[in-house]
Amino acid sequence: MTLLDLVLFLPLIGFLLLLLVPKDNPQASRMGALIISLGIFVASLGLLAPYWFAAPNGPQFETNVSWIDYPPIRYHVALDGLSLWLVLLSTLLTPICVLVSWKHIDHRVKEFFAFLILLEFGLIGVFVALDLFLFFTFWEISLVPMYFLIGIWGHERRIYAAVKFFLYTMVGSMLMLTAIIYLYNKSGTFDYFDIVSQIQTGRLTFDPHTQLLLFLAFFIAFAIKVPLFPLHTWLPDAHVEAPTAGSIMLASVMLKMGTYGLVRYCLPLFPGAAHASAPWVAGLAICGIIYGALVALVQPNMKKLVAYSSVSHLGFVVLGIFSFTQQGLDGAVYQMLAHGISTGALFMLVGFMYERRHSLEIAAYGGVATPAPQLATVFLIATLASIGLPTLNNFIGEYLVLQGASQANFTWVIFAALGVILSACYMLWLYQRAFYGKASESVSHHMTELTGREWAAILPLLILMVWMGTFTQTFLPAISAQNARILGQTQEVQTHPVPALAEAKR
Amino acid sequence: MDIANFLPTSSEYIRVLPEIILTLMGTLLMFLEAVTNENRKGIFAPLSIAGLAAALAGAVVAYRDPGPAFQNMLTIDGFATFFRVLVIGVGLLAVLSSSGYLRRENSRGGEFYALILFSIVGQSIMASANELIMIFIGLEISSIASYILAGYLRDDARNNESALKYFLLGSFATAFLLYGVAWIYGTTGSTNLVLIRRALLNGGEPVALAEMAAALMFVGFAFKISAVPFQSWAPDVYQGAPAPVSAFLSVGPKAAAFAVLLRVFMTAFGPIASSWTPLVWGVALATMTVGNFAAILQSNIKRLLGYSSIAHAGYVLVAVTANSGNGSAAAMFYLAAYAFTNIGAFAVVAYVSRKGEKFVRVDDFAGLAQRQPGMSAMLSIFLLSLIGVPLTGGFFGKFYIFKAALDAHLVWLTVLGLLNSAVAAYYYLRVLVVMYFKEPGEAAEDIPPAGAALQIAVYTSALGTLLLGIFPSWVLNFATKAALR
Repeated sequence: MTLLDLVLFLPLIGFLLLLLVPKDNPQASRMGALIISLGIFVASLGLLAPYWFAAPNGPQFETNVSWIDYPPIRYHVALDGLSLWLVLLSTLLTPICVLVSWKHIDHRVKEFFAFLILLEFGLIGVFVALDLFLFFTFWEISLVPMYFLIGIWGHERRIYAAVKFFLYTMVGSMLMLTAIIYLYNKSGTFDYFDIVSQIQTGRLTFDPHTQLLLFLAFFIAFAIKVPLFPLHTWLPDAHVEAPTAGSIMLASVMLKMGTYGLVRYCLPLFPGAAHASAPWVAGLAICGIIYGALVALVQPNMKKLVAYSSVSHLGFVVLGIFSFTQQGLDGAVYQMLAHGISTGALFMLVGFMYERRHSLEIAAYGGVATPAPQLATVFLIATLASIGLPTLNNFIGEYLVLQGASQANFTWVIFAALGVILSACYMLWLYQRAFYGKASESVSHHMTELTGREWAAILPLLILMVWMGTFTQTFLPAISAQNARILGQTQEVQTHPVPALAEAKR
Repeated sequence: MDIANFLPTSSEYIRVLPEIILTLMGTLLMFLEAVTNENRKGIFAPLSIAGLAAALAGAVVAYRDPGPAFQNMLTIDGFATFFRVLVIGVGLLAVLSSSGYLRRENSRGGEFYALILFSIVGQSIMASANELIMIFIGLEISSIASYILAGYLRDDARNNESALKYFLLGSFATAFLLYGVAWIYGTTGSTNLVLIRRALLNGGEPVALAEMAAALMFVGFAFKISAVPFQSWAPDVYQGAPAPVSAFLSVGPKAAAFAVLLRVFMTAFGPIASSWTPLVWGVALATMTVGNFAAILQSNIKRLLGYSSIAHAGYVLVAVTANSGNGSAAAMFYLAAYAFTNIGAFAVVAYVSRKGEKFVRVDDFAGLAQRQPGMSAMLSIFLLSLIGVPLTGGFFGKFYIFKAALDAHLVWLTVLGLLNSAVAAYYYLRVLVVMYFKEPGEAAEDIPPAGAALQIAVYTSALGTLLLGIFPSWVLNFATKAALR
């Protein structure tokens, strides 16, 4: 029993506890959820201990016990530089989502918070599982609470969005399951380390055709989740219809399940096929970057705009991963975290505005900066972070991705950089239309200032935006060490001293 | 030959203990039905539960001394015991979920329970039969009881239609089976599965004739398991029959038919596997696909579950196609998981439907989660298991089936089967959608609390579904050990 097991199973216990809270006492559910999620967050901070001074070699907090005898499925979890930050992102955002939903969710309160905590269980599990079967289990579990979060507490077209979200992911999952079983039949194990070492030592080989099919089976499942253009069509629906907390968890953590899967599984398990398909994937990623940005530009709906900006930002992540360079991968992982913080913040702020004005249309706002200067300032910081302003978080990720991509293929960078420019266009234009100008009477009436609870929810994210933009050394060494290991496994090790690079940028 | 050779020994009687207990108890119930006055009819359900529990114990006792019985007509092995326990367990859950239903429909008869017990006797014989004639007898005992059960509420027109349809098509199927039996007897001179296998292994018999026999018998079984193209009776019968009976019919007789199918095709027709596996391959794919796509269009929940049961028969046929120890174990595990899941789902449907089965549309489940959160959560578990979401028995069963299929190099069948289960998610989700996402409608608004027996049935089924998903080893290890090879 390690701390990681505790952090993983506390949400499940919390979920069961929340089910016991009487239904007619919503306040107790809220408080319970807040205490539980904060407790989990505090516990998860302990996971930082081994990473505090230097990036340790190999996985930490490992537990590896038998779960099902035959076929040999093991409960194998551990933490490394890749999963550490994603776990922390999940545990940080859950209490924040509880705060965000405090007043916003006013019916079926108990169920809402129970599902939110259950979602956390699935998410943490996805990031720490090192047994393919266990991974798949968590991958599917995380689907169920999100389906309910969207379907029960979403907006008008919530049912359509929830079902679309579930089915899209399900199709991908089924392909992945086929590939997982196939891998097991060839290797005799579900254990991630075991399979990777069998591939490394050449004990497990596939002919290129089979490898490509297996790669695609995993890749499509992950690409749907990312979502990579052209598999992204579920995302705008899910985001627009989801309640604020659902959007935050979806954008900040669930999309990262896809990119995490690409790094963790697609590259080391099928290096040959990954290399071979890199140009195609990079092409799709660039399409996504530009397409997402262009569509965001013409959105009249704020939430949809932020959703399409996610398609664009996640395109950078995929581009970085398939550049097969240390910088590219580091940038991709950094961008995963940065996007989680800044887009989470944007969805939250859009949610706050919706609670006041009950509209997501940009046209319904205008001049908000006059009645609510604090809200406007916070929104501006999040906007600038999302654009990629230096000293804020997204800049580091995008910069590293572009640098890595330039080593792989300079043409990619030319097109990808367009996305950076376009992001400034759509975000600033949104800001201008919503916050500047003369405030109409109804805007001045409805748009009140941020409350203390709302400040408590947004402040950690603001701090992190600045922190991630300036003190990269807090985060990068653990990520780089793990990425170097993964690049080693794909047998094209690039030996650029990345910590030094990060140092230089500070 | 000495006549003493034909007399069964005492250990042979012990090997058929479950059948003996169930037959005695069934007869006793019929007798009591005639002499019990109206206000004491509550004793039938507890009595049949006691009988089933005793039979369950009997099945375990019988397995302590496995071996053949009655001149090799029956064989009590792990495989037979697994299915005996399964069908008796199904009987227990079916009785628990029907007692309240029958009271509600003012039809508290002892015959109902007696018929269930007789049907299980037939299924239990099927599970242990080692002989085509015994298979036929078991099938008939099980089927005739089932035909009557399907039309049990005789004042209800839909019940009558259901029973008639089931009877006509069922007899038709049995005729095919019998024709196949005659054919193989003519070819190999035996009805014993092991002897048929030996004859086919020796060669000398014309293979084409054996293939013809296999095809005819497959048609017979395909009817019973509702495989395409012989599936059309299933939705009508499940829709028309009383809900607890539909629950019973969709798992008990089906599991027994699969047991027989596995035993006949893997033992007797094992030597000509290369000729029947392509046929089963096609039927499996067609069954999954037709079941799933037809279910999408249904608005009646009993019909929806009927088509879903066709699709699930298709998944099990994938395991049959694998024709291996793993495939057989996977089919066994899947049928066990499916039994818990489907009985549970139908029990909740029976509960929501109310007197005269007024509320059986999918839309009638609207807002149930807000009025009956417990029952809704349980139905969600069953539906998630039917979709195949991890930590439920349905998922692990599916996983194990497709693993066996990939072992047998059935890559395309696996891919298409798994994509099929993604299609299936759509119609199961629809039930979740109305139950959780819609405001309560007429059916959910003033729903009475569920009766104790029904609650036990539902919660036990849910527990079984989850246990098979989280700790599958205890069943899986037994299934793997007992599987046919």
